[in-house]
Amino acid sequence: MSETRAVEAWTLEPLRRFVAEAGARLALLTTPSGQVIAQHGFTRAVDVMAAAALGSAIAASTAELCRMLKEPEFRSLNHQGVEHGVYLARCDTPRGPLLLLAVYDSDSSPGLVQLFFEELARALAASCPPKASEPKVLAEDFERELTASLNALFGR
Amino acid sequence: MARLQGALDRITRVRGVRGAMLVGGDDGLVIAESLMAGVRGNAVAALSASLVKKLRRAAVAAGAGLPKFLHLQGERGTLLAVPAPHGIVVVVIADADVNVGLARLEMMRAAENLI
Repeated sequence: MSETRAVEAWTLEPLRRFVAEAGARLALLTTPSGQVIAQHGFTRAVDVMAAAALGSAIAASTAELCRMLKEPEFRSLNHQGVEHGVYLARCDTPRGPLLLLAVYDSDSSPGLVQLFFEELARALAASCPPKASEPKVLAEDFERELTASLNALFGR
Repeated sequence: MARLQGALDRITRVRGVRGAMLVGGDDGLVIAESLMAGVRGNAVAALSASLVKKLRRAAVAAGAGLPKFLHLQGERGTLLAVPAPHGIVVVVIADADVNVGLARLEMMRAAENLI
């Protein structure tokens, strides 16, 4: 059985609940820049990194389309396939915006995923701790922090 | 769209009906709705479509064939659903003491009008 794991502990329970209620096969919570916060269902780090990068790129593309259309923002995007669907949506938390990328199959539906995403967004906003001062990211720390995040996401 | 809305309006004229919706059976999204204030249409649509999908599997597995009418009686209300052509589901939210027979008749009519 797939497990839900998080780098930021406060996101774990809301994401677990979303996965269970919406029937999502895969779920990935990232920052808009693609930094992974939590994941469910992924078994390989390389897939997490690829999905995070692609989700972030799609969000950036739609944000640019919004700017061109003079829309304030796109809230969500749904790609419906034959067997699977992909849902990408953005929510706001006191620590800044987060992106959810969810993959679902015929046991779920866009309506269910959308419904429980709204609950996830509320739960994340409620459980988010106040923003602490950001530590300065140093180049020499980058690899160590990336390894620590991947270890947390895959329970190593 | 006016035809769909007309069909829903006829259902909501039945006493005790709080709302009626046409829902996409596969995606759980609202196609048309006529709801009283306070009814969470999106939530009811998504969950009803999921319920109908699962009950269809159960009915087929039990050898009962495709379901024609679903009646869920709660403590404070009733949920009714009729699978219609083109993968659409007619969903009604009503009071516990609604005339189910009359509501069902109007739901069947609405489903037939979708052909």
